[in-house]
Amino acid sequence: MKYLPTIGIECHVQLCTKTKLFSEVDNDARGKEPNSCVSPVCYALPGMLPRLNGEAIKYAILAGRAMNCKINATSRFDRKHYFYPDSPKGFQITQFYEPIIGEGYVELPSGVKIRIEHAHLEGDAGKLTHFDTYSLVDFNRVDTPLIEIVSMPDIHSAKDAHDYCKELWRLMCFAGVTYGDLYNGNMRFDVNISLAPEGSKVLGTRAEVKNLNSFRSVERAVEYEIKRQSKLLDKGEKVVQETRGWSDASGETTGQRSKEEAKDYRYMPEPDLPPINLSTEFIEAESAKLPLMPADYRKKFDKTIAGDILEVLLDYPSLMNKLNEINEKYVKNLSNLFASVLLAEEKSAEYLNDLPSATDLNELAEMNEKKELSSTATKEVFLRLFDPQMKGRGAKNIAKELGLIQENDLGALEKIVDAVLAKPETAKAQADFKAGQEKVLGFLVGQVMKESHGKANPSSVQDILRKKLT
Amino acid sequence: MKTASKKVSAEELVKDALAKVKQFADYNIFTFVNEEEAIRKAREIDARIKRGEKVGKLAGVPYALKDNFLSPEGETTASAHILSGFKSPVAATAVAKLEAEGAIMIGRTNMDAFAHGSSTENSYYGPTLNAHDRERVAGGSSGGSAVAVALDIVEFATGTDTGGSIRQPASFNGVYGFKPTYGCISRYGVVAMASSTDCIGFFTKTPDDMDLLMEIASGQDPKDMTTLPDYYSDDAANGRVLPELSGSGARRSRPSPRGSRATSRAAALRTPLRLDSSVTRPVRRIGVIKDFDNESVDAEIRKALHDKCELLKSKGYEIVELEMPALKYGLAAYYIIVPAEVASNLSRYDGVRYGFRSEKSEDLSALYLNTRSEGFMPENKRRIMIGNFVLSSGFYDAYFLKAAKARTLIVKEYEKAFTKCDFILTPVSPNPAFKLGEKVDDPVAMYLEDVMSVSLNLAGVPGLAIPAGETKKGLPVGLQIVGPRRSDKQLIEFSKELM
Repeated sequence: MKYLPTIGIECHVQLCTKTKLFSEVDNDARGKEPNSCVSPVCYALPGMLPRLNGEAIKYAILAGRAMNCKINATSRFDRKHYFYPDSPKGFQITQFYEPIIGEGYVELPSGVKIRIEHAHLEGDAGKLTHFDTYSLVDFNRVDTPLIEIVSMPDIHSAKDAHDYCKELWRLMCFAGVTYGDLYNGNMRFDVNISLAPEGSKVLGTRAEVKNLNSFRSVERAVEYEIKRQSKLLDKGEKVVQETRGWSDASGETTGQRSKEEAKDYRYMPEPDLPPINLSTEFIEAESAKLPLMPADYRKKFDKTIAGDILEVLLDYPSLMNKLNEINEKYVKNLSNLFASVLLAEEKSAEYLNDLPSATDLNELAEMNEKKELSSTATKEVFLRLFDPQMKGRGAKNIAKELGLIQENDLGALEKIVDAVLAKPETAKAQADFKAGQEKVLGFLVGQVMKESHGKANPSSVQDILRKKLT
Repeated sequence: MKTASKKVSAEELVKDALAKVKQFADYNIFTFVNEEEAIRKAREIDARIKRGEKVGKLAGVPYALKDNFLSPEGETTASAHILSGFKSPVAATAVAKLEAEGAIMIGRTNMDAFAHGSSTENSYYGPTLNAHDRERVAGGSSGGSAVAVALDIVEFATGTDTGGSIRQPASFNGVYGFKPTYGCISRYGVVAMASSTDCIGFFTKTPDDMDLLMEIASGQDPKDMTTLPDYYSDDAANGRVLPELSGSGARRSRPSPRGSRATSRAAALRTPLRLDSSVTRPVRRIGVIKDFDNESVDAEIRKALHDKCELLKSKGYEIVELEMPALKYGLAAYYIIVPAEVASNLSRYDGVRYGFRSEKSEDLSALYLNTRSEGFMPENKRRIMIGNFVLSSGFYDAYFLKAAKARTLIVKEYEKAFTKCDFILTPVSPNPAFKLGEKVDDPVAMYLEDVMSVSLNLAGVPGLAIPAGETKKGLPVGLQIVGPRRSDKQLIEFSKELM
């Protein structure tokens, strides 16, 4: 039988605020000792009270606006209870009844629209590491602000699931609310998948695959689940409502615990935090700070940048924002350099954190277009612009220092050409060319380039040679 | 308040108090005596006085700290086994404010574990004895603090009041006990019982001491987002009817996070707080609640109430009889909302990070079960079970939500009452101090002790327990004055009329 898959995705995004959601302690635990970014509030000493971080509210507004969502004027926090050593308070502070971010939608590059049900703010849990006879707990991640984005069940294929997650990641990165490091769990996806016979109005029983941290694993897990559930249904068996784990290595999902054993979280309003009341003016002022989003860039660079190159560059908000600063007439040129030179470079990840100024990039593009730099020389100078040793010296200065500026003075070039033609070792080639052997021209150009120490503009040299030899 | 000066040294004051601690040791008032540190601090203050330096408003004043206030001095256990061995790295905001004025903590006082109880019999360290009759209970949960003041060991002690835990032991021991408006004093660093009703307050011998302590301890705290602007702010000083709870009781409308940050900064700049508040509208009418003046109340307590009403009449006040039918839901709503918050707030005591951990913890589930089974008192467990029950899925609407609605009715009932009168005068509890062991096996009888006190906590309004004479057997009788939200200062001032 043919089945229509229906997929809903919950995505956790760690916000890159300076301090944690409920206390004024460092929120950036990257590369730090376990339990070094912890306050008495995170550690849940007796008598400690949460203090709401206003920056997280502002980030939530940006994140919400990036997904075209309504921002709720009033939202509240609730407690979600469970016992586990990663949860020092014995509950997580979340927004169960009244979330801050309301309905909205995300548009995929294909044009498919996925509706957002809501998104809410909550504190992250700590991290456990298990050993043979004991486990260690690290509270650095406790109360890192998260927004959990809940989609409507609008996704019907593994590819759309992949594209939705990727687009969410781009939106959050462009909005600047997360470091977006998937490997380190800055964004995590829980995917619900159910199958129903095509045409059916009722959804099938769903299975949930939790804690996926790459787009590819989302796509593969969905593909696997569609196959697994189809087989079950074809055999007349039932899909069990359960949470399943994904293994990247085996490419399979496996059952973890069924919903019958699901915990009762005993939600209740968080009495230690007042409601968040936001004025329309505040919401509007904060929303106005939203930078250009991928959709804006697609519209803006539609005619300048080739579609495939644009989709590659849209994975790098810093590059897109830089292109936005650059002189329009050089955007095409520089976008090609970004895509084909910078991203191919070994150190590109490091370079992306600290891009050269728009002035430097404009200068480089201008030199290239004026033919002062060959395309090879342009690439070389371009990469030097990112080099911490060379940075800030300016494209022109770097090109000069490296002796890469092309000789465009025709008078001077002619003299060099004459000198080469006067050399006896070029006599045979000159004769061959005159006899109609076009390919020896390359040899002669090479000789001139050598004589000029690489500074001659090869196309001008060619023109002069042709003139002289015919 | 007797402060240290060139005539009386802080060391003398502290040593005098410490001697009384020893003298009354058999009352089981203290869970920890801060002897060395208290004397060291006293000498420091004396040295400053000698050098002619400025000292605080409470310089050298010894005080007793209820065992649920965090402070690096001694173990903070809330008189519960599960917190045995817990030494806090931080001090509660209230403690920090008192000590900044030179007050010296001489010991931690006994209480019902985690403040669950009305007799201090639920303490891991055993009961505290009543100051006037050693066969009777001290009241609770702040029993140790009340007795410490009643026996003149200290001039003041801290307390917490979630449903009557300051006012009832104050009335059982014949001292002043104040539960301020919810949010007046920061709860930061005080072991939480029920976040939406917990109030920090004091025991004193006089209204003036109470006023001084409120001036020092109250005010907005960035570490507690439910705190209110200053006790002596323009609002509190000039308008008798002040910002009210709005909407549902469980979810009071509080300032937005941005707002509260801004005002707390402003508040910090305004310290010290102003003292020159004046009541713009004179207090004329005093309400008496009909349901709290009937046969269910001890005759001698009723007589004390009637005597005080006569006294007020003779001073020209009008006595108004109030019908407040919604208050009868108070106890039921309280014993749903409070256990729910208790169960939640006690979740953090799991033996993982601090305090007591059971020896029998071979796996995670055993660690939790055994630590909590051995570490909590029976009354703690009772409330955890009630709380988890009323919050479980399927029961939330039937219990917690309904109780929250009842709470809103109670809030409105008080609002209405304060359109008919300025303050309300009621008993604190239906009976004077009962015998040790009398109610310990009957939780419902024990809960009924709270019938006249809990509705104030649900409504967030202030209440001051005042001494109002003695029974024939010599047991203190207490009454409470109840005011509208934020009338704290006027309320304390008014209590002088009843002296």
